[in-house]
Amino acid sequence: MTSYLAAGSSVRSWLCTLDHKRIAVLYLFTVTFFFLIGATAAVLMRWELLTPAGNLVTSDTYNRLFTLHGVIMVWFFLIPVVPTVLGNFILPLAIGARDVAFPRLNLASWYIFVSGGLLALYAIVFGGVDTGWTFYTPYSSTYSNSHVMVMAAGIFVAGFASIATGINFIVTVHKLRAPGLTWFRLPLFVWSIYATSIIMVLATPVLAITLVLMMLERGFGVGIFDPHLGGDPLLFQHLFWFYSHPAVYIMILPGMGVVSELVTCFARKRIFGYKVMAVSILSIAGLGFLVWGHHMFVSSQSVYAGLVFSLLSFMVSVPSAIKVFNWIATLHRGSITFATPLLYALGFIALFTIGGLTGVCLATLAVDVHLHDTYFVVAHFHYIMVGGMVMAYLGGMHYWWPKISGRLYPERLARAAAVIIFLGFNLTFFPQFILGYLGMPRRFHTYPQEFHTLNVISTCGAAVLGVGYLLPLVYLTWSFFRGPRAGPNPWNATGLEWQTDSPAPEHNFRETPVVTGPPYDYPPL
Amino acid sequence: MAATTPFRSATQRESANQLGLWTLIATEVLFFGGLFTAYVVYRFTYPAAFAAGSHRLEFWYGTINTAVLLTSSLCMAVGDVMIKHDRRRALQLCLLATALLGLLFLGIKFSEYYHMYREQLVPGINYRAEGPPQMQLFILLYFIMTGLHALHMLIGLGALTWLGWLNHRGRFSSTGHQPVVMVGLYWHFIDCVWVFLYPLLYLIPHLT
Amino acid sequence: MTANAPPVLRLVGVYLALLTLLALTATATLLPPGAWSTPISLGIATAKTALIFVWFMRLRDRPGLVRLFALAGFFWLAIFIGLALTDFLTRGWPA
Repeated sequence: MTSYLAAGSSVRSWLCTLDHKRIAVLYLFTVTFFFLIGATAAVLMRWELLTPAGNLVTSDTYNRLFTLHGVIMVWFFLIPVVPTVLGNFILPLAIGARDVAFPRLNLASWYIFVSGGLLALYAIVFGGVDTGWTFYTPYSSTYSNSHVMVMAAGIFVAGFASIATGINFIVTVHKLRAPGLTWFRLPLFVWSIYATSIIMVLATPVLAITLVLMMLERGFGVGIFDPHLGGDPLLFQHLFWFYSHPAVYIMILPGMGVVSELVTCFARKRIFGYKVMAVSILSIAGLGFLVWGHHMFVSSQSVYAGLVFSLLSFMVSVPSAIKVFNWIATLHRGSITFATPLLYALGFIALFTIGGLTGVCLATLAVDVHLHDTYFVVAHFHYIMVGGMVMAYLGGMHYWWPKISGRLYPERLARAAAVIIFLGFNLTFFPQFILGYLGMPRRFHTYPQEFHTLNVISTCGAAVLGVGYLLPLVYLTWSFFRGPRAGPNPWNATGLEWQTDSPAPEHNFRETPVVTGPPYDYPPL
Repeated sequence: MAATTPFRSATQRESANQLGLWTLIATEVLFFGGLFTAYVVYRFTYPAAFAAGSHRLEFWYGTINTAVLLTSSLCMAVGDVMIKHDRRRALQLCLLATALLGLLFLGIKFSEYYHMYREQLVPGINYRAEGPPQMQLFILLYFIMTGLHALHMLIGLGALTWLGWLNHRGRFSSTGHQPVVMVGLYWHFIDCVWVFLYPLLYLIPHLT
Repeated sequence: MTANAPPVLRLVGVYLALLTLLALTATATLLPPGAWSTPISLGIATAKTALIFVWFMRLRDRPGLVRLFALAGFFWLAIFIGLALTDFLTRGWPA
């Protein structure tokens, strides 16, 4: 069978493709491009923070830098990356289907995403936005003198790509599973993509209408968040965070799904507590919709509402913790191979645990009064998003690289890169917990002299982390052209995607596979 | 290029299309839902101002428009039944009736907007009404909610035109008329949004 | 699918019920307002939507999964409005 890479080599065959695998590759290039832009902003920020005085950029420029970093990293990298790259590529293969339910909608989603990205790029090139990625009113709707409209429009458009992908994946999982593949035989990666899609579909529309309302207020000079009319700026925050909290679960759930695949394969064991893991994924998705007020504890939100949101936030940590226990129980007495994907998975488990526990600290009302808007919060979410999510993504990329490229990456170099990333990450972000605890506020480009040493350590860590990220970029690209060719199943893993050639054939399977047993059916040790 | 369909049968494809469209409807509920949330919050907070604002709207425009939309939904539903019996001409007439009623709705809506413009009730353009300042919140929500609804109507009209063209080319039959079903679902849903907008905007009772 | 198609007459019956509900809700506003005015008009709107969903959108013929999807959006919206109100109703605002 022809591989999907060989089926047509013209530009048109790529830009007009209906093949989910090619669309995944298109997305890969796009999100990597945006990652580099967001990372550049981070480099400049950490460089500025090397010294207490604000001497690299003005405070106004710094505002635009952290806004750029947040907007690009959240909406144009973290939210799309695993669903549109790994999800698009692997999901149909993992369920034994020929493609997603709506291939043309899939291609359309990429074009919609690129259009949103172009609008965001325009806003950046022409001076950027200084409101922070959270766009709080009335600053964003009334007082800011930056390209809020264009940036918000870009995010609005990109949101439709999210919704389209979500609809596609939900229907795909419901309708295109191979014969015998019942719900409780699905790999956990599929469960995680399914739950993520539910969040994408239900939460993103609220972001869309919120951005519209903010843009209307900005454009017409009068709006429903305007205190002069009796409006409430806090209503914007409720609307914004109703989406943006579930959004963080859009970001992390696919990563959790990847980790389950990696842990089972490299411990050569069935996942511990499969049904509990699947139910936890759904619980995280559901409970994640109930906690958004924890971003607003000190905003003048009612204390009683704060109590309710604090309690619910404690509850949402439980299924996540269960997943960590189950991963560890899976590794326990497994036959472990410390291949690169597993190194990333182990890094995820450690760093996600730290990030998650500090989240519980922040969910504690009285503690949050002191920690809100400090570097403690910054460290918390970077531990989850970067220490967790990005490591899971890299682990998944390495794991499925043979299926995507048909080649093997250089293992020793890859392991070294994983270790460098882990060390660089901790060097960058652990000091930030301390800085936040000591009171250093976020979104400031100057700070008191007493915070100097920790900031220097953090910036050095960022340099190491940057090197660590460049390594896979280089060697994965190299291996695509020069790496040794991979067989259908180099890891000897279970999962339908490994029952077909590497790189995946154009139509996925010679004949539709039939499933007769549970997932992760590794022989007992 | 993977040109072959991922589905194993037409029935499977149809049920997938149905599920997809109902998922889309769920997203629309949340899209309008943000506006409904704002409405609920402010109505609880400023009941008198909202009642005053509602009183400034034209009761008969709203009521007649509701009847117009309900009739258009009937026409759409009948059209769906017609094509299930291979009656293409009847479907064409039903599509035409649905679209005309939709146009009538928009006509009444825009004359309502114009009327409010003449009364200097358009926020951001010429708002100069006496009454509590929070009444402008209600009027704003009125314009945004009905405006978004009207935008969806326009999209629906476009979809109906597309259906009419496809039907004219003989593309529909009793066994193959998925687009009619899908556009029908969309049209009925937009009608439901109006069914809720109507009492919330036009029928707020005066407080004693 | 052809066997399930409801006759046009039944659809017209649903339509007449919808118009009756509309007349009901419109005339109810002319009555003196009371604490029940809003719940009644919202209840009537819900009834109309239910009729449209079940008969015009043919939910009565659809499997349970589709019905679940149909209701999901409303359920989530209820969560949003409900939890948001825990703030707005307990804040003591405006002063």
